[in-house]
Amino acid sequence: MQNTMTISFNALGENEAFSRVAVASFAAKLNPTVDDLAELKTAVSEAVTNAIIHGYDSNPAGIVYISATIEDGEIDVIVRDEGRGIGNIEEAKEPLFTTKPEMERAGMGFTIMEHFTDLLEVESSTSSGTVVRFKKRLAGKRVNCV
Amino acid sequence: MVTMKAEAKGKVLIIRLTGELDHYYSEQVKEFTEQQIDSHQTQHLIWNLSGLPFMDSSGLGVILGRYRQVNEMGGSVTVCGLNTQVKRLFQLSGLFKIMYVDQTEEEALGRLEESSCKTQ
Repeated sequence: MQNTMTISFNALGENEAFSRVAVASFAAKLNPTVDDLAELKTAVSEAVTNAIIHGYDSNPAGIVYISATIEDGEIDVIVRDEGRGIGNIEEAKEPLFTTKPEMERAGMGFTIMEHFTDLLEVESSTSSGTVVRFKKRLAGKRVNCV
Repeated sequence: MVTMKAEAKGKVLIIRLTGELDHYYSEQVKEFTEQQIDSHQTQHLIWNLSGLPFMDSSGLGVILGRYRQVNEMGGSVTVCGLNTQVKRLFQLSGLFKIMYVDQTEEEALGRLEESSCKTQ
């Protein structure tokens, strides 16, 4: 059966930890491995950080929306903002590409999301904001040692 | 929450971090480490990340930024105590190509000591 949760919060850096822990707690019922859960938290953290610092230019009035759905052992996460959008998604996905080098951004956010999830989709428009969606299989991967 | 501790041993500065290093805490870690590097005449920097269960690309940015700072003065950067998740971030970003990796702080200090004896 499908199980969905949604949260929304102000674009404040202090909410990053809350958001990744919330998604990880929701995913915990799938009994994921420690490594898979850490990867899921990292992907959420990257998407939420992007929404805050790039989507909303660190304006805390912006709202970040997360919805997560669990079905058939897989989690499907959508992180959405209504910010400035990404002009060129392919360029933004390039490893080490960043529009904010002065903030010491590593330019690795999308690369990490791609490696730490099973499927990543990014849709963006300069008029309505950005939607990052990723899926990750969490159940049925555990190896039980006798 | 991230707590930061610094210890200088000669020209080696050790920064020990505990907690979860994300965008929110990266500015604090940057300021603290920059200040410590300047005030201790640091040549080599060791990041002890054994108390860090979580880090994202914001943490990589801070570590890369301090690498540039130390590298300009001819020094090296070592990271130690990495867990599986943090290690994968370093692998993905290619930081292992420009920094030393050791299991523990003691190993890192021993290696730096040995290399300074050889160059004398």
